[in-house]
Amino acid sequence: MKILVLIGNVPDTTTKIKFNADQTGIDTAGVQWIINPWDEFALTRAMELKEAYAGAISSVVVANVGSSQTEPTLRKALAVGADKAIRIDAEAKDAFFVATQLAQIAGEYELILAGIEASDYNGSAVGGMLAELLDRSSVSAVTGLDLKDDKLLVTREIDGGNQHLLCTTPLLAIVQKGIAKEVRIPAMRGIMMARTKPLEVVAPVESSYATSIQKLELPPTKAACKMVAEDNVKELVRLLKEEAKVL
Amino acid sequence: MNFELTEEQLMIQQAARDYAQRELIQDVLERDANATFPAKHVKALAELGFMGMMVDPKYNGGGMDTISYVLAMEELSKIDASMSVIVSVNNSLVCYGLDKYGDEFQKEKFLKPLASGEKIGAFLLSEPEAGSDATSQRTIAEDKGDHYLVNGTKNWITNANSASTYILIAQTDPAKKHKGITAFVLDKNSPGISLGPHEDKMGMRSSDTHSVMFTDVKVPKENRIGEEGFGFTFAMKILEGGRIGIAAQALGLASGALERAVAYAKERKAFGTAIANHQAIAFKLSDMAVKVENARNLCLKAAWLKDKGEAFGVASAMAKQYAADIAMEVTTEAVQIHGGYGYVKEYHVERLMREAKLTQIYEGTSEIQKIVISRSLLR
Repeated sequence: MKILVLIGNVPDTTTKIKFNADQTGIDTAGVQWIINPWDEFALTRAMELKEAYAGAISSVVVANVGSSQTEPTLRKALAVGADKAIRIDAEAKDAFFVATQLAQIAGEYELILAGIEASDYNGSAVGGMLAELLDRSSVSAVTGLDLKDDKLLVTREIDGGNQHLLCTTPLLAIVQKGIAKEVRIPAMRGIMMARTKPLEVVAPVESSYATSIQKLELPPTKAACKMVAEDNVKELVRLLKEEAKVL
Repeated sequence: MNFELTEEQLMIQQAARDYAQRELIQDVLERDANATFPAKHVKALAELGFMGMMVDPKYNGGGMDTISYVLAMEELSKIDASMSVIVSVNNSLVCYGLDKYGDEFQKEKFLKPLASGEKIGAFLLSEPEAGSDATSQRTIAEDKGDHYLVNGTKNWITNANSASTYILIAQTDPAKKHKGITAFVLDKNSPGISLGPHEDKMGMRSSDTHSVMFTDVKVPKENRIGEEGFGFTFAMKILEGGRIGIAAQALGLASGALERAVAYAKERKAFGTAIANHQAIAFKLSDMAVKVENARNLCLKAAWLKDKGEAFGVASAMAKQYAADIAMEVTTEAVQIHGGYGYVKEYHVERLMREAKLTQIYEGTSEIQKIVISRSLLR
């Protein structure tokens, strides 16, 4: 079985986000890029499965849609233990575009893992879209994944508990935190070997966009909170009527 | 001039940071209080490849440069200087000594398990009567034909108990003084070796420090490193490299203390605002930041010279002396900024201050570093 893990290249979570001049994107100057945290969990689980079932899983490959700027992030994934990285050479403008690009290379992988969301736009769309484009089953909110003979034992979190499913391949699993206990730290050996592993660059296919960003805005700054004494209901009513204008 | 770090160096730095901030932080206070050895962390860091970072991969090392080692040492030391001294002794004293001066037999037998972290090493130079003055070796290694017979006492030995391999410096010819000193590598479990009790230290309490007594210990001839009489030069050369590790450790103590002081100053309020907005505190932080930046530049420059194969003894002396001295200043100031909270163990900074003190003393006191530096100027 070959596993494909989708890797998003996102700003480090401590970055102070600034918008570009026309507010349709972020200012990338000085931004540190990392593997999308949810994809990192997915990659960790993929490595755990490969180590536990060395005979059954032949390779773990990672893929990203992005410019050459994303290659250091892909090499981080290679350092953690992925066997090969694929970069589809295009700007990742929206989820439909990304899913369309990934569809050209993803079909040959029996198991595809996608993080449930990315920490930049939190779209939660690429996994589901890719599954549909490949016409394969997908399962979301996956917090547990294991091999059982030639099938996959999938655990998903649902309201009030956990659901356990036995799935056949091909499958796309949309995973969330819990899929792996802790993100794997790359060993020194892995880091030094990352550049020796294949990083294939693939040309993009023609594709439309399903969305376009009109404008990005910061949320309005919250006004200071007015504290009203608990027995002063008259004052509270006055404020709600005259200032907040909700009565 | 290129001040940028490579992708690999950044990944190595991040890996060390992640391990320290996720794993070492969990039990660092408890291990400091109880002086317990970080056995599970040694194993985990060995598996990640931190124990033989600069050794050639053909001897199980990581084949990394010294800059990567400095970056890793800084990150580990921000959180746990006990752990980082174990890493430093193993990497830049023991592995470096064998890698640079050991013969093929010694590398196969001793360097390989040390570089992989399967075993850890200790460096035995200091004695009760010989610290800064390493020429006054009292431990004697008598030539008995097919082996040496060692008698004497070494003290302040880091990793004395947890190590499996010792590098020992002993006198083979007392008449020749420092030209009669020789270096050896040996198994810690050799008959005749016994350990004194675990030293109850001011700081770096989770690393094990003992005296080591040698009573008629047999050391095979093949365990001698280099020729007889090479031992003093060997020790001085090895300490030059070890100095970079300790400089990086001191840097980490200082930069860790600075990070904590900045975070605290932003949160703590006094006189109607965060104390960071009071110039007295802001200026303290500014001074601390400049010192940390200087220390980092000195450490990286010494590492860069070593990686280029150029002479780095003076650069490493400068890095070690400066980083250790500012570590003491910066950690003390960090306690001050934390006020009362800085005085309790829970806030870490008092531990960093206790740990910083040792960096001014071991692997060559700040005064010894000044002898090295001034001699280079006055030659």
